[in-house]
Amino acid sequence: MNRPRALALAAAVAGLAMTAPGAGQPVAPPATPAVNPQVEEGRYLAALGDCESCHDRPGGQKLAGGLPLNTPFGVIYSANITPDRDTGIGAWSEADFYRAMHEGRNNHNAHLYPAFPYAYFTRMSRAEVDAIRAYLMAQPAVSYRPRANRLPFPLSIRALVGVWNWLYFKPGDFQPAAGQSAAWNRGAYIVEGPGHCGACHTPKTFLGGDKQQQALQGGQLDNWFAPDLNGDARGGLADWTTADIVEFLKTGRNARSSASGSMSDVIVHSTSQMNDGDLAAVATYLKSLPAAKAAAPAPAAPDPAAMQAGAALYLDNCAACHRADGAGVPREFPPLKGNSNVQTGNPTTVDRFILSGTESTATDARPTPLAMPSFAWKLTDAEIADVATYIRNSWGNAAPPVSAGDVAKLRGKVAAHPVRKPSEKA
Amino acid sequence: MPQAPKVDALIVGFGWTGAILAQELTDAGLNVLAVERGDWVDTATDFATTFAQDELRYYWRKELFQRPAHETLTVRNNVAETALPMRQLGSFLPGVGVGGAGVHWNGQTWRFLPSDFVARSHNIERYGKAAVPDDMTIQDWGVSYQELEPYYDKFEYLCGVSGKAGNLNGAIQPGGDPFEGPRSREYPNPPLEMPYAPTLFAQAATSLGHHPFPHPASNLSRAYTNPLGVQMGPCTYCGFCEKYGCGNYSKSSAQTTILPVLMRKPNFTLKTNCEALKLNLAPDGKSVSSVTLADANGQTYDQPAELVILSAYVLHNVRLLLLSGVGKPYDPKTGEGIIGKNYAYQITSSVRFTFDDKILNPFIGAGALGMMMNDYNGDNFDHTGLGFIGGGYIGVLQTGARPIETLFDPGDLTAWGADWKKKTARDYLKTFFIATHGAVMSHRGNYLDLDPTYRDVFGRPLMRMTFDYTDNEHRMSDYLTDRAVEIAHAMNPREVKPKYRKGSWDVVPYQTTHNTGGAIMGTDPKSSALNKYLQMWDVPNLFVMGSTAFPQQPGYNPTGTVAALAYHAAEAIKSQYLKAPGQPLVQA
Repeated sequence: MNRPRALALAAAVAGLAMTAPGAGQPVAPPATPAVNPQVEEGRYLAALGDCESCHDRPGGQKLAGGLPLNTPFGVIYSANITPDRDTGIGAWSEADFYRAMHEGRNNHNAHLYPAFPYAYFTRMSRAEVDAIRAYLMAQPAVSYRPRANRLPFPLSIRALVGVWNWLYFKPGDFQPAAGQSAAWNRGAYIVEGPGHCGACHTPKTFLGGDKQQQALQGGQLDNWFAPDLNGDARGGLADWTTADIVEFLKTGRNARSSASGSMSDVIVHSTSQMNDGDLAAVATYLKSLPAAKAAAPAPAAPDPAAMQAGAALYLDNCAACHRADGAGVPREFPPLKGNSNVQTGNPTTVDRFILSGTESTATDARPTPLAMPSFAWKLTDAEIADVATYIRNSWGNAAPPVSAGDVAKLRGKVAAHPVRKPSEKA
Repeated sequence: MPQAPKVDALIVGFGWTGAILAQELTDAGLNVLAVERGDWVDTATDFATTFAQDELRYYWRKELFQRPAHETLTVRNNVAETALPMRQLGSFLPGVGVGGAGVHWNGQTWRFLPSDFVARSHNIERYGKAAVPDDMTIQDWGVSYQELEPYYDKFEYLCGVSGKAGNLNGAIQPGGDPFEGPRSREYPNPPLEMPYAPTLFAQAATSLGHHPFPHPASNLSRAYTNPLGVQMGPCTYCGFCEKYGCGNYSKSSAQTTILPVLMRKPNFTLKTNCEALKLNLAPDGKSVSSVTLADANGQTYDQPAELVILSAYVLHNVRLLLLSGVGKPYDPKTGEGIIGKNYAYQITSSVRFTFDDKILNPFIGAGALGMMMNDYNGDNFDHTGLGFIGGGYIGVLQTGARPIETLFDPGDLTAWGADWKKKTARDYLKTFFIATHGAVMSHRGNYLDLDPTYRDVFGRPLMRMTFDYTDNEHRMSDYLTDRAVEIAHAMNPREVKPKYRKGSWDVVPYQTTHNTGGAIMGTDPKSSALNKYLQMWDVPNLFVMGSTAFPQQPGYNPTGTVAALAYHAAEAIKSQYLKAPGQPLVQA
């Protein structure tokens, strides 16, 4: 739900909830509370760690948890991490909190499920984790108990996580690499530590562990494909400059792409809050990653009939925004020409865009929530496959064709961007 | 009645002017509440590109317009008639929902002429007292073009208007409108690409010594980021502006220029499906203490506010004042009273021309795409001996020949059958229109009041509109139409068919949504409701936005001036009023 609608609805429901001081005078800013440096450090680290993307649920209070996380194994509800003693972490000691972040165990020493990315947070130092706790403890306590996880037996047995940890979890603080710049090491720390980029961008084993040999090569989750962050051509970041990466993370869009899906939350709650030095560090680190895969052989030329049908559909449905030459409108309607999301080997994201529509992430720097509508009701599976094949293989793009079956598998699993039907108006 | 906590500023109606005032007043630190009786409306939900071009839904079934079953008005041409309720919208199309009529406008973004703001004194000075008959109740605005120039500029840059300046700081510019008032800088975006029919018109008009130029358009000729940081896309010339929302973020509206920033502000709240029923005066009658609101469930409550901004559609602003007993209602018999006075409108005509040998592709379009000329607008020409004052623009506006609307009433062709199909197929691509768009001078007998008989869903009296064209309008419109016929012939088409505006104003066919007046601005509380800052003379914590304030309607579309007046008022509130709340900004 986009923010304006959320606000409008909230306002309509809230009725008489407005309060305001004043006698027509400008409202005086509230007296600035004394700044606690540890809390401020924790606030920034909590943004680096993107706590809110998972621990805020729609309509809920900040950090009170309850967001359902759809894992391949079942639904896990995020925890309340406000200082409420009964339902939050108010009763947790500093040591408890550090053990959770560093070892993935709760205040009763039971295993936490790795949907909570302690495998990344373990890279943070004790002082940093203490600062995050100080920040969390300074937030309003919210009494809210999230729903119980819905995990099938035997996954519902927390002790089994010990096996997972033995396979995939290497606890320990971040170790800087000798011979690399301070910026590179800072970037590596953020990406591999609090930023937990690999949680989405690294492909997973059947047990949900990171395939370490394929770090950041792109992963599928929740019917999105999180793209390759290595220096690969087409699907990766080969064509992106460090400035492109910084702009994308800071504003949600750049001349090449626009954030969507779960990345929108990451932009809003985390990367747009990062300082310029850290953004540059992340970009420096990512740009140092070589192409991870051998250059894929050029895919076979797609079926000319599909390309012809796709071209006609493109002109009627897509060209108004993405332009006839696929160049798009930089920072508004992403170019499809050269776009890495369009050319990934796995077409889930591009198929999903067409089926569901999408909306640009609104940030302070780029507040406009430009949207692409859903075509699910307008185009058949075969038509979506044809137009997807067309954009993946035009203007110099090359990627395997999309089949109607690919689209059919996704249809029904992803919600369309809402539209108002005529009958909804009185 | 329940009372809500007091707010710094309450904004009633959330279209262009409501959004402008909300943006400006929240910038000043006020806690602002806006109420809008319609729904939340946004591009992606309400008119995405996949369904925005739906003629049945949006025009014939009137999706974006006021619902007469909820509230309408009664209409008559003169006081001798009994007004009857308008049960289907026709002549004009007020909007409903967030963004108001600014969602479905064309984007025609004009400035009025400097002389338009001093219509009474200017015409008397140039043509003598007899030029303004006793019953022509026009007056000067109390604000000058020079005072408004920075605010016209601000709105044009907010919208990213596509155009070509004709007068930069007094220096006439080739390719622009040489008659316009001096502007401080060029338009933010270049003109739209010009299609064939307007180009032919411009060539013909130039050959006759006229001065055509590209229509200033809030349809964007290229991608644009406005001063608030809001991004808009380039226009695709799809031809669905007028009466439609833009699915491509290419037409300026509150949604595409302000709301992305405003809705993020913590000191702003919007309540939709929330209707203002009445302004409540303080016991001394000198301020509005609260506004009675009805929420989506019909629950009513009082919303107190330090400052109240009326920014609903022009007709609704006037009706709320009348229903609330704020200001003295106008009486046409005595000429006394002020609320409802000087209702005015617009007078239009057209000249159809059809070629045998030229394909005009009329389906290409944008709301303000065209070539216009102001040689016969305002007082840009000598009216001596013509028997009228005022004027209008003439031009070819290519808004998009949408198939149902365009073919439904194909002029004098038979409206159905084999012959109709044959002629339509033959002429659709080769036919176009020159439009004239003229001023309406206010008149003693044209006014707004409350209907004695008909009521709305809340049981409140409907507004009653009493309006007709006078000889001044007909003479002026005929004069413009004659000029358009000359230009049409100069294009050398197969056929030229003028459609003069004859007889009384007719509420049925769509003409324009340029209703004006009813709480007019001026220099004197005896002859105006509002001072130059749109502040009520009698009730200083009440400001009334919109063309409600126009003392008469010049020959241009009103939105540019509506917005400039809103920004001018907002600046005065911020820089003067808030330093001494409750005080008049102009001493009577």
